[in-house]
Amino acid sequence: MKFEEAMAQLEETVKKLDSGSASLEESLELFEKGIKLSKLCQKMLDDAEKRVSVLTSGENGGMEKQTFPDIDEQ
Amino acid sequence: MEIRTATVSQINNYIKRVLDSNGILNQIWVKGEISNFKLHYSGHMYITLKDEGSVLKAVMFKSACRGLTFEPKDGMKVLARGRISVYEASGAYQLYIEEMRQDGIGDLYAAFEKMKKRLGAEGLFDERHKQPIPKFPERVGVCTASTGAAVRDIINVITRRYPCCEIILYPTTVQGQGAVESIVSAIEYFNQTSGADVLIVGRGGGSIEDLWAFNEEKVAYAIYNSKIPIISAVGHETDFTIADFVADLRAPTPSAAAEIAVPSSAELHSRINMLSGKLYQSVSRLSQMRRLRLDALKLKSPSEFIGESYLKIDGFLKRLENGAQLKIVNGKKELYKLTGALDALSPLAVMARGFAVAVDDSGSVMKSAADIKQGSEFTLKLCDGDKRCKAID
Repeated sequence: MKFEEAMAQLEETVKKLDSGSASLEESLELFEKGIKLSKLCQKMLDDAEKRVSVLTSGENGGMEKQTFPDIDEQ
Repeated sequence: MEIRTATVSQINNYIKRVLDSNGILNQIWVKGEISNFKLHYSGHMYITLKDEGSVLKAVMFKSACRGLTFEPKDGMKVLARGRISVYEASGAYQLYIEEMRQDGIGDLYAAFEKMKKRLGAEGLFDERHKQPIPKFPERVGVCTASTGAAVRDIINVITRRYPCCEIILYPTTVQGQGAVESIVSAIEYFNQTSGADVLIVGRGGGSIEDLWAFNEEKVAYAIYNSKIPIISAVGHETDFTIADFVADLRAPTPSAAAEIAVPSSAELHSRINMLSGKLYQSVSRLSQMRRLRLDALKLKSPSEFIGESYLKIDGFLKRLENGAQLKIVNGKKELYKLTGALDALSPLAVMARGFAVAVDDSGSVMKSAADIKQGSEFTLKLCDGDKRCKAID
């Protein structure tokens, strides 16, 4: 799932639960779903693997991705 | 004719008045190259304008200097507007500059205005054509030079703000020869490969010539035709290029473009925390509410229920007993009635009055005297019992 989707679902779940219209079983399901989504979102955000790449001309004329040299080294 | 005599001051003053009354010299553009440039500590600029054959002294006062859009330097070709007048103390005439532009730039400005007008008419700047910038991009494409402050600023800001996002740099020539083609192919590359969710196209500050590629029609159309939203970031806050007008969003600087392109992880973290906090609140509030409602609806305790049931059963039993008793009474009454009727019909009552019935040994009633033979035995039934008898005759 994309971060945007997960975030939207989380917002929606909170809204539904907050409205109080769900049955007890549904409420518990919503709660569980919401907690799972919030953890997923946090995890996605924390995926701090530095991914900076630079495109260079490949041999077949296309472009190839290479790791961009670390900013600090420049 | 008498030749006049005048003092130095008088003659300089006279020349000044002659020059000042000349309509042409009062307001004129002078084209030349800067030499002997001197910025006085008072803030005034002293310049000697020259061309191949001649020189002209010039001064630009502090108040006029504020309007300058460039730093004058020796060797720079300029257009200076002002009046020619005399500085009486030195007897020198000079140009009092009110406005100064870089020569050649004027053509660029005109070209810029012309291009802006034309592309505007062609609808390239229309608001309805602007695409929204995605909230949470997974990949940001950067079209700028691979060295220099711009790319460093962009990468720094994005990795700090939103480290979960991928940055892809298309090293782009942003000035001079081949710049237009390079910018166009960078934008096209990302579009053809769907290689990014948003593009930052731009460069750091520079002169109007340095930024010129971003005023070219081909670049304008590449931005216009891009299916990926584009944030333009050309030069400094005060620089405006055609690219800025066509782009889906203009950022004043490359760092600002990076800030706009990605959300802040820190802010998102606190938003998620707030949302999950709300989840806990909602659930505890709901369960509280349900408990209250449950209390109101709660069944009576079992012992109470059992007690009540006993009472009910007793009630039933009582009714049952009453019903039974009534039946017995009624039954008895009926019985009495029937036995009474039976009594009336019974032969026993007749026999009690003295009658008797004779029956033979087979139990048949003997109604006629002829039925009884001489010497035969028979039974006589009386009201209180039977008696064996023998007929004598």
